Amino acid sequence: MLNLDEYPSLGAALRAALDRWANETCLIEADRDREKTRLTYSDLKDLALPLARAFEDAEFTPGDRLAIIMTNQSKWLISAYAVFYCGGVLVPLDYKLTPAEQLQLLRHSKARFLVVEYYLWLAIMQSPEFKGLNAIAIVTEAPLGADLAGGHRWEEFRREGDPIFAPRGRNDVACIVYSSGTGGRPKGCVLTHENYLEQCKSLTAWFPFWPGVRYLSILPTNHAIDFMVGFIGPFVCGACVVHLRTLRPEFVRAAFVRYKITYLSLVPLVIKNLERSLKAKFDELSAPKRFVLNRMIAINRFFTQWKPDLPLSRTLLPQVHKAFGGELRAMFTGGAFMEPSTLQFFYDLGIPVANGYGLTEAGTALTLNDFKPFRADTVGKPLPGVELRILKPDAEGIGEVAVHSKTVMSHYLDDPELTAETIVNGWLLTGDLGRFDGTGHLQLFGRKKNMIVTEGGKNIYPEDIENVFEGIPVKEYCIFARNYLWPMGILGREMLVLILRLETGQEFSDDLKNEIIARNRQLPDFKRVGGCSIWDQDFPRTASMKIKRTVLAEEIGKGRNFESAVIEL
Amino acid sequence: MATADHTLDEVLNLAATHFKVPREQLTPDDDFFKTLKIDSLQALDLLTRLEHHFNIELPDYELQGVSDFRTLASRIQSRL
Repeated sequence: MLNLDEYPSLGAALRAALDRWANETCLIEADRDREKTRLTYSDLKDLALPLARAFEDAEFTPGDRLAIIMTNQSKWLISAYAVFYCGGVLVPLDYKLTPAEQLQLLRHSKARFLVVEYYLWLAIMQSPEFKGLNAIAIVTEAPLGADLAGGHRWEEFRREGDPIFAPRGRNDVACIVYSSGTGGRPKGCVLTHENYLEQCKSLTAWFPFWPGVRYLSILPTNHAIDFMVGFIGPFVCGACVVHLRTLRPEFVRAAFVRYKITYLSLVPLVIKNLERSLKAKFDELSAPKRFVLNRMIAINRFFTQWKPDLPLSRTLLPQVHKAFGGELRAMFTGGAFMEPSTLQFFYDLGIPVANGYGLTEAGTALTLNDFKPFRADTVGKPLPGVELRILKPDAEGIGEVAVHSKTVMSHYLDDPELTAETIVNGWLLTGDLGRFDGTGHLQLFGRKKNMIVTEGGKNIYPEDIENVFEGIPVKEYCIFARNYLWPMGILGREMLVLILRLETGQEFSDDLKNEIIARNRQLPDFKRVGGCSIWDQDFPRTASMKIKRTVLAEEIGKGRNFESAVIEL
Repeated sequence: MATADHTLDEVLNLAATHFKVPREQLTPDDDFFKTLKIDSLQALDLLTRLEHHFNIELPDYELQGVSDFRTLASRIQSRL
């Protein structure tokens, strides 16, 4: 691995990596079972530098912002490297947002350039909100002659000649990553080169990459985790990233075997899916075979209780490991709630799941399970260089988690007020409730903030989706996270609840319910509210008529319990 | 080529069989995540079954933003 202390920026580190590992395989891209692309580090350089040269010709200057809206694929990473080469700032946007949301964040980020996949660009161009773009669009995989509304084809956006490498410093901005804010107040986390280099150092100290390692990139690359462990981490170590253009479980399973995957990151939803399919296969075994399997799992559990022993696990459970390609060392997960029983299920099979905790504002991960020993009921220990504190702990030691680390963002873009509320005296207030156990592992118990994290790893802030319900025939309404109204003291079972204040004499009619259901369906499935609740008092408001959410949440939470208050939608 | 109505009917039949839900409980404008009680990965699984049935290839992105049978059937119809 490169010594990252020697490099002032991501661009400089990546540039050195491309030369140092020139002949190693860097990227493999497959669509279903068809391999489409295989590049060495040298090949990647040959593709990225003409693109960087074209950026220069288009007057892209150091500090300029370029947004990427793409699914996981090689052109994502090639474009990102070209941006860092030119000293630019990357704005990775979620391809699963609606076109209106993407346009809003493009405007907010003031991106001068956009690299976007053709089918996503089509959706943006065809959306009613599209009134042209204040950015140069570069569109990948567009058919020849397609109308791109002034955009350029990525495949042709390249120039001959050597681009000039633009040096950047550790405190310069590397990325602006949105943790939320598509409907309400955009939260653009401004992350520096130092944030990423330090995060990479601490993560690879516990989970090293090296040439020959293959990382399967499934989480969206705009996500902080995949950006780090599916791009920066493997690249500075000469490892290989495998992209799959589909998330179909059958092709993901086949990719494990075909590419002998070493690491991957998954959201809880996918891990649970894997667990379900493995258990279904185990259930198909004959009684004697099942008996032997259970014995082998028990033996493996006994001998790995203090630390993983991959050679032993692969010997005891060869069929299971063969199904995962035989080289898998760990799966990473974090962000959303993971059932301890699921983590234990995989650990007992000799497939450790490194459960961690992090937030976009602090780079990638703050804590991670180091497997010494494995603890399914925690999110692990703080990574090297990360200081965590529990603020105002209650009698059980539970309080808000605060972090001090070189990985913490610089600020929220164009929002000094929110920055000042979030970073206080150098400590980032996470809004998550936790405590340390006797062995220094962090346990999480819920959120102090009004938001949910879905099983698919998406942060959803109620304020961001409230506008979808604008105009419903009620006196007033607002949305809360279930846990914010009725703290459960655990993570999981997260849900958004629409609170309705009806007009005097108004009933909660079928027409109203159907209208709410119809509006709800305008949202992507992971953003939908799960239930609604009728509240019989006017909402408390500030002098400027903003809802006093904290006060209202307390009143609702005190007045009734979840079961009696919420009507499922 | 199958008509749009015929395609929609086949999508509903296949979803009912695959997820073991009585066919009469499914209507074209249902939110299939809710009616079938499935998550996004199981929806992708349904897409695979539909591909085999109609002998077409549907990229994952065809399902992005789609949550009712009618729209899903129209995406299939456009590829027949």
